[in-house]
Amino acid sequence: MKRIVYREWRIPSERYWSLLGILAAVVGLGGLAALHMEHNGHWVTGMSNAVVWGMPHIFAVMLIISASGALNIATIGTVFGKGAYKPLGRLSGLLASALLVGGLLILVLDLGRPDRLLVAITHYNFRSIFAWNIYLYTGFMVIVIAYLWSMADRMGGPFVKPIGIFAMVWRLALTAGTGSIFGFLVARQAFDTAFLAPMFVVMSFAYGLAIMLLVLMFTFDQEGRPLGHKLRGRLMNLLGTFVAAVLFLTVIYYLTKVYGAKNYELVSWVLFHGGIYSFMFWFGWILMGSLAPLGIIYHPVLSQDRNWIVAACALVILGGMASLYVIIIGSQAFPLQMFPGHTILESGFFDGVNGEAAHYWPTIPEVLLGLGGIGVAMLITAVGVRVLQFLPESLADADLPPEDLGHAAPELAGT
Amino acid sequence: MKHQEAPLDPSLGSPPDSSLDASPDPSRRAFLGIAAGATAAVVAPGFVLQAQAVGNPRAERVSDVHRWGLLVDTNRCVDGCRACVEACDQENGLDLQRKQPGQSEAEWDTQKAVWLRKVKLQDNLTGRVSNLPMMCQHCESPPCVDVCPTGASFKRADGIVMVDRHTCIGCRYCMMACPYKARSFIHEVVEDQLTRVPRGKGCVESCNLCVSRRDQGLDSTACADACTALGHRAILFGDLKDPASAISQALKTMPSRQIREDLDLNTGVRYAGV
Repeated sequence: MKRIVYREWRIPSERYWSLLGILAAVVGLGGLAALHMEHNGHWVTGMSNAVVWGMPHIFAVMLIISASGALNIATIGTVFGKGAYKPLGRLSGLLASALLVGGLLILVLDLGRPDRLLVAITHYNFRSIFAWNIYLYTGFMVIVIAYLWSMADRMGGPFVKPIGIFAMVWRLALTAGTGSIFGFLVARQAFDTAFLAPMFVVMSFAYGLAIMLLVLMFTFDQEGRPLGHKLRGRLMNLLGTFVAAVLFLTVIYYLTKVYGAKNYELVSWVLFHGGIYSFMFWFGWILMGSLAPLGIIYHPVLSQDRNWIVAACALVILGGMASLYVIIIGSQAFPLQMFPGHTILESGFFDGVNGEAAHYWPTIPEVLLGLGGIGVAMLITAVGVRVLQFLPESLADADLPPEDLGHAAPELAGT
Repeated sequence: MKHQEAPLDPSLGSPPDSSLDASPDPSRRAFLGIAAGATAAVVAPGFVLQAQAVGNPRAERVSDVHRWGLLVDTNRCVDGCRACVEACDQENGLDLQRKQPGQSEAEWDTQKAVWLRKVKLQDNLTGRVSNLPMMCQHCESPPCVDVCPTGASFKRADGIVMVDRHTCIGCRYCMMACPYKARSFIHEVVEDQLTRVPRGKGCVESCNLCVSRRDQGLDSTACADACTALGHRAILFGDLKDPASAISQALKTMPSRQIREDLDLNTGVRYAGV
């Protein structure tokens, strides 16, 4: 076994600057979209008084929970002592903080008054789960930075495990808190359940790992660094487990909903009569986001093929977007049940006349803002791995630390 | 009058005419006069405002002696009548809202602010049709207040739930939490508004029981007045804490309910006949 050597990402300058240029262009477009929305108001988006959170929130929640999930790999390496994952700890931490920054930027820039960010920082209502989450997000950044220091600095060795445990607990709270932003909303049938907290935790494991795998394979392939089949296989198995767990929780979520007569219409609408939402559920969330990647991951031949692995990861991420589309937007589009046992015949404010769902269709600025957040996350990652020693030189099977000795494995900072 | 200045250098001795020392210094007088005038100019308006404020409801702290609310008798609410909606729009400057260039009518309808709306519903079992106005229900335990991250969404001591437009960041979480879809987000630049109802792009707003009328000591809301003016008398405004008030008397005798009673929010708006 060799020592783990971390080294900057040394792809040719032209390729690196081209990548940065593309990412900067995506970020720039996102910034222009945010300016457009801020200048004109939200009427330029598809969001309305019925569907108040739209596409930006899908991107933001995806990035935020993926940030927590990306850190999972560092946790497995340092807290649970799985040596094979230890070399990925630094990248895991960098990606976690980058994804969180991207997600939070989207949320802030989508505010009706983004100029009042200072108000949000200085005025807190501690009854609000949203306010708790502001602390969870900012705290996460601080903890991840400390975690990275403990992993990268020679002095940090003794602190890796305590900080790792603290970071693990914090990020579980963060994802549970993000799920609770929706779960605490008793007014809406599709929310109003504590179940969304653990569901978001497991979703974060799957989506964060899928993003991490894509970044890992891309950076290693571009520079020709070896990525062993053994480690890749283990990461894929882990991804399969998480995707299966999300699928299981999805089934339980809808079963618990349909158990109460008051939710028959909701579940029937989501599953069968919801138009785009039913399509997103079956095609996006279940078929392409869960079953297809599971088929690839556990297929004896396809699971060995790099392109199929990339496809599986991409499908998990797109399926995750579809699941959040159904959970966040579908749950708002379904009419509020203010008068059970009655049918709304007319309304001056679209209260679900004859059970009709609210209309929502995302506009280009919303999508660009969301993509801009992803661009920011990837830009931070690209700069991070280029200027600092985040990436291990080799993840070849022979170079991996011995199993279950992660905390004791010798480590050498890059030269 | 020309003023003779004293020599600046003490070595030059006293001025020849010592009687000048005994006479008042005119520049000092002038200075004192200006100072007194300026002080009066600064302080006097304060006295005047203070005098005006005494006895003015706007100068008094809102107390929990009152709890303002509405009782809607749906049996009296007339199908097709929009008097309360129009009165609300005029009272709060919502009739000044304009569709944005390039915005479709359908989009405008879902994005414009609506504080009060008419709803017509039918009982699925009996087929009975009811009409009613829906607005912020002014809950005793408002979910919008609980979830607001900055505390901009708040409840006054007299039970009125409203939004502090200085601290609302436009996150819309209160709209997600409201069980009554009572809140509106201002999606566009506000070109025209009323002084008594300040509005601005990017903030959330909703019915505030005509709070400016409360602060003027007036005992009504625009919707209730409009309904009464037409003789329908479907909306009754009043103090739920005053046992002698008309609304309290009516609630004692008339069966009424809260919308979404299951949430136990103790709403300030009650409905009869539905």
